[in-house]
Amino acid sequence: MSSINKSAAQINATILSNKRVGAYHQILLAIGDLASVCRPGNFVAISVGGDSSRMVLRRAFAISRITHGSASGGAMELIVAPHGSGSKWLCAQEEGVELDIVAPLGKAFGIPTNAVNALLVGGGYGSAPLFGLAEVLKARGCRVDMLLGASTGAKIYAPLEGKRSASTLKIYTEDGTMGEHGRVTAPIRELITQGSVDVIYSCGPMSMLRAISELTEGTDVVHQCAVEESMACGIGICMTCVLPVKNEDGSISMLRSCIDGPVMDGAEVAWDLVGKVPPIGTP
Amino acid sequence: MSDATLDFSTTLGNAWFPAPIFTASGCASSGKELSQFFDLRDIGAVVTKSVMNKVRHGRPTPRMAETPSGMLNSIGLQGPGIDQFLAQDVPWLLAKGSRVIVSIAGETTDEYAMLARKVRAVQGISALEVNISCPNVENRGMVFACERDTAARAIDGVRKIIGGEIPIIAKLTPDVTDITSIASAVVDAGADGLALINTVLGMVINLDTLKPHLGGKTGGLSGPAIRPVAVRAIYQVHSAMPTVPILGMGGVASGRDALELILAGASGVSVGTASFGDPTAIPRIQRELSSLLRAKGFASVKDAVGFAHREERS
Repeated sequence: MSSINKSAAQINATILSNKRVGAYHQILLAIGDLASVCRPGNFVAISVGGDSSRMVLRRAFAISRITHGSASGGAMELIVAPHGSGSKWLCAQEEGVELDIVAPLGKAFGIPTNAVNALLVGGGYGSAPLFGLAEVLKARGCRVDMLLGASTGAKIYAPLEGKRSASTLKIYTEDGTMGEHGRVTAPIRELITQGSVDVIYSCGPMSMLRAISELTEGTDVVHQCAVEESMACGIGICMTCVLPVKNEDGSISMLRSCIDGPVMDGAEVAWDLVGKVPPIGTP
Repeated sequence: MSDATLDFSTTLGNAWFPAPIFTASGCASSGKELSQFFDLRDIGAVVTKSVMNKVRHGRPTPRMAETPSGMLNSIGLQGPGIDQFLAQDVPWLLAKGSRVIVSIAGETTDEYAMLARKVRAVQGISALEVNISCPNVENRGMVFACERDTAARAIDGVRKIIGGEIPIIAKLTPDVTDITSIASAVVDAGADGLALINTVLGMVINLDTLKPHLGGKTGGLSGPAIRPVAVRAIYQVHSAMPTVPILGMGGVASGRDALELILAGASGVSVGTASFGDPTAIPRIQRELSSLLRAKGFASVKDAVGFAHREERS
């Protein structure tokens, strides 16, 4: 056995429920004992389309929340936006359907050992894994403030039960249809200046993650971001999901966001080199 | 129908393998990642990702596009360089009891020879795959396997270093006018076997940007979409050179697909893209192939190799 994805397993998981929530689907899967090894930030890779499908690749989704029921064992919650052919297929599956899943995959969010002030920032359905994370942080005694943003109100995912796990929750939409008018990154600089943030956890579009990394640069605030890069396999064998990451000596490595992420240190990602080929060696 | 025991072993040149299903180069990294999902000892061998002499970052992202029954990839031979690979990845695989076929790729004939020299110095490797057909490089002129003389020169340089200790397997592209002509050139230059086929060069245009989707513009098409191309190439080459062992690959996703390549003339079958969609594809394909060979009345893998070429039994 290797140290990569050492808790991962491939299982058949039954859909317990599939509900539409705004622009998204909330899908609950029975995963039994696997629930005990899933951590906030891990993701799941799901086979889509059935046996005769022309879709040969799995679809990766952040695990939104894990629940530990008594009767049916553990369950995994996913928040899925029906955008592409794979996610549309998944959202059309009904209760009782069995899915071929591989989980938990990737590096999870790092949880502080002592109580800190945590700011959780989610963009679009990127907010999904933050509610499970908020519960874990709260159990550690952390103060949890949450900022959620989207282009429009229908794309804000903020379930009622999730709101309870955060001390404060502020919503931003670019069209002003819900919460404050503007971008979710707008209040972050002031929060950092006030000294009311120790760690920022973020999940959402790459442009948002980059913007937060620029705001935390030169400060003591740690930025753990869950990156999103298109991947074929999700388990580290295809090399398609690489991101440029800075090493201590200043050189750049192209790391796989599936196994070296999805949670990465925002200060280590070379955001200006994403989509480019960095030079070899030290500058 | 037969319940008789099945000889599931196979050979590629002088290398023996207990099972006929392998990983495909570039589709299993260095093996560690898949070892979480099955025991690497249970398959024929791990064919490692083609490695070059120096560290290489590869092509820019996006590197992937799913296509009907397949995908395009544009990795561009990202890798740690041969020294780190031989010092870390190969010992790990050998310690786990896995059989290892090392795949090398060079920019020049000299680089292939240098890589072969370094591989020769390491004990325990089962075979050397010489990838002379990676499509994801800056200049397609680097694709040695597109011309008889460049293909032959790359293999000749390796043959001068490897004197029969391990088989040399040349990996060819189907993107040529006559693959049998390239195959005969590399066999004449000293290749002991052939790996057929590399990915097929393709492109996807993104309708949001109205530009080529992949960072490297072009990419290699793989998956079930190209399986008939693989079957055809293997069939043609086996027909022209029936004694040259072939490691077949191209869109194999089931035991029946593997048997199809074997019947066309492959002695072993590599599974690549199927592992992306299913981490346990390789052991599953092996089980399916084993049942299917028995069901068809074959006593061994060897009996089925190239069977599609034989005169019909009356």
